[in-house]
Amino acid sequence: MTQHASPPRDSTGKVPSADGPPAWRGLIARADVRTLSLLGVLAALIIIGGITKPDQFLDTRNLQLVLTQASVIGVVTVGMTFVITSGGIDLSVGAIVALASVWATTVATQEYGFGGILFTAVLVGVGCGLVNGLLIAYGGMVPFIATLAMLASARGLALQITDGKTQIVTIPSVLDLGERDAYVLGIPPLVMVFAVVTIIGWLVLNRTTFGRRTVAVGGNAEAARLAGIDVRRQRLYLYLLSGLCCGIAAFLLIILSGSGQNTNGNLYELDAIAAAIIGGTLLSGGRGTITGSVLGVLIFTTITNIFALNNLQSDVQQIAKGAIIVAAVLVQRRTASTT
Amino acid sequence: MSRFTSRRGLLFGTAAVGAGALLTGCTSNESKDEPAANDQPAADDKPGKQVTIGFAGPQADHGWLNAINDNAKSRAKKYSDVTLEITEGSNDTAAQIGQIETLINKKVDVLVVLPADGKALTQVGLKAMRADIPVINLDRIFNTPQAYRCWIGGDNYGMGLNAGHYIGEKLKGKSNATVIELAGLDNLELTKQRTQGFDDALKNYPNIKKVARQAAEFTVESGQAKMAQLLQAQSKFDALWNHDDDQGVGALRAIDQAGRDDFLMVGGAGALSAFQAIKQDDGVLKATVLYPPTMAASAIDLARALGQGKGVGGMAEFEIPASITLYSAVVDKTNVDQYMSTGFK
Repeated sequence: MTQHASPPRDSTGKVPSADGPPAWRGLIARADVRTLSLLGVLAALIIIGGITKPDQFLDTRNLQLVLTQASVIGVVTVGMTFVITSGGIDLSVGAIVALASVWATTVATQEYGFGGILFTAVLVGVGCGLVNGLLIAYGGMVPFIATLAMLASARGLALQITDGKTQIVTIPSVLDLGERDAYVLGIPPLVMVFAVVTIIGWLVLNRTTFGRRTVAVGGNAEAARLAGIDVRRQRLYLYLLSGLCCGIAAFLLIILSGSGQNTNGNLYELDAIAAAIIGGTLLSGGRGTITGSVLGVLIFTTITNIFALNNLQSDVQQIAKGAIIVAAVLVQRRTASTT
Repeated sequence: MSRFTSRRGLLFGTAAVGAGALLTGCTSNESKDEPAANDQPAADDKPGKQVTIGFAGPQADHGWLNAINDNAKSRAKKYSDVTLEITEGSNDTAAQIGQIETLINKKVDVLVVLPADGKALTQVGLKAMRADIPVINLDRIFNTPQAYRCWIGGDNYGMGLNAGHYIGEKLKGKSNATVIELAGLDNLELTKQRTQGFDDALKNYPNIKKVARQAAEFTVESGQAKMAQLLQAQSKFDALWNHDDDQGVGALRAIDQAGRDDFLMVGGAGALSAFQAIKQDDGVLKATVLYPPTMAASAIDLARALGQGKGVGGMAEFEIPASITLYSAVVDKTNVDQYMSTGFK
């Protein structure tokens, strides 16, 4: 599949027609085969979960648990989807989450309370994203190398800040957000943040100039430049966006785990890339789908949940996870090629 | 080969000294019934011969490893006759080999090595021994006893065993009791040993059944995630054995978030936060099984004794032992104050 044609594509990979289809047809067109096949995989998993552990799996608390556990990596994946859509990659997301979480939970930061922790986490995330963006957009570095360097140095800095110690959060207003009392209409605050980030991400990618430019840069950067897009600035913004998502995710992780540790965000980069790829975002750029990415994250989280509920050990989990990635991508290719 | 030569030399030397003593005994008219141990005093706090100890450990990216470094440093500072040459910790095998070789070249008197990977660093241990620098192998063991003069480390099997016995005694008399296990990194040998010890202990209590086990990654984040799942999977159980207090911070957070308090929890390692929770006694955590980081301080003691040619106080032998396995004591409310100072952050 060559997706390097110059006309910008929407999230489904189709070139929008000039006059546009009627609204109802648009809805169906948007819920394309890929998304449907992902929904199918998720539905199959839900059925498996329901059959193997009906009492535990189909419990409201379990739904809350799955969505909560999807939130942190989910927010990271939304940012990653933008970067990959533009033809880039961000290997530093896990390390940025670690650095942001330990910086935000230092004793000095905890003195400033809730606001101090949130502000620091977001600031560190954006700061790292800015460095990534400048190196890639204006320093001419390959994204793979620049973000790999960020991965190494952010992890090192996180270790230096913590000195290997676990930084426990003592601020009640932060911790309370992870408690059941904070749920509004049964929805945990973390899940609400995830939902808001997803919706904003979807709107930005599919309904704004920024989103169209992102797709255009990923499809053919040279054509995008000739079409008058400031490709460098666009790339800078995209890595900033990814860093921002990491900062938000770090804050969510602090609420969830009640601490900051330099091991936080371990292998997030691989999970986020895998979720985006399964979702239908092209690794070569030019096509991205927030819906698909989020479904990818939900599929992974649901698998982990079903395994844990059935007391399967981690070796079995890893093998099955790999098999499901392969199966999901194969099913997608088959369904996509027959239509 | 030189290793064997030096051991032969040592044997010959000992034999010669022994023969000399025998001769003296035979020729002397005075009866000398004093135990020979008096000739070779045990190490004590009094300053003796100057000893330079080289210390090489892994990167302190975990609370326990950080405590290991702190323990080694503060113990060495205690002795006016000890100089500590400490290298920057590294988890990279090649880097750690390089650091140990530097210490060998500096001709330190004794080496204390906590290898990031015991198997991978065996060769450099052998190299030090062949250069006549005795090695104290700390915790992660080398492949062959030829690579160290003395091994001191924790007892992973014992941790599981003692945790299992503690839980067994607490649940004695309760029929159809159930326990669950939150293990550490499953690809580490020590995790398997901790689980094996736990399972073996439970065999003594037929009323208890282990109903679930999940492996976390020794991190707070993984502890929270795995525990949240376990709590959802097991709506009722009587006890939880968690392999590590650091991931226990996350596990306790998940327990708190789920609003559960209907079971008892036993941790592992001996973190300060765990000791404090046990002392407060207002949560599920009732005990933790030690894997004491003080072993690093003991390794410094052993290295000093070795450098000064002394034995261990309270033991009859002339020399320090070849192997010391620490005891995995159970710390609960009754004795937590005694251990509080050893708790690591």
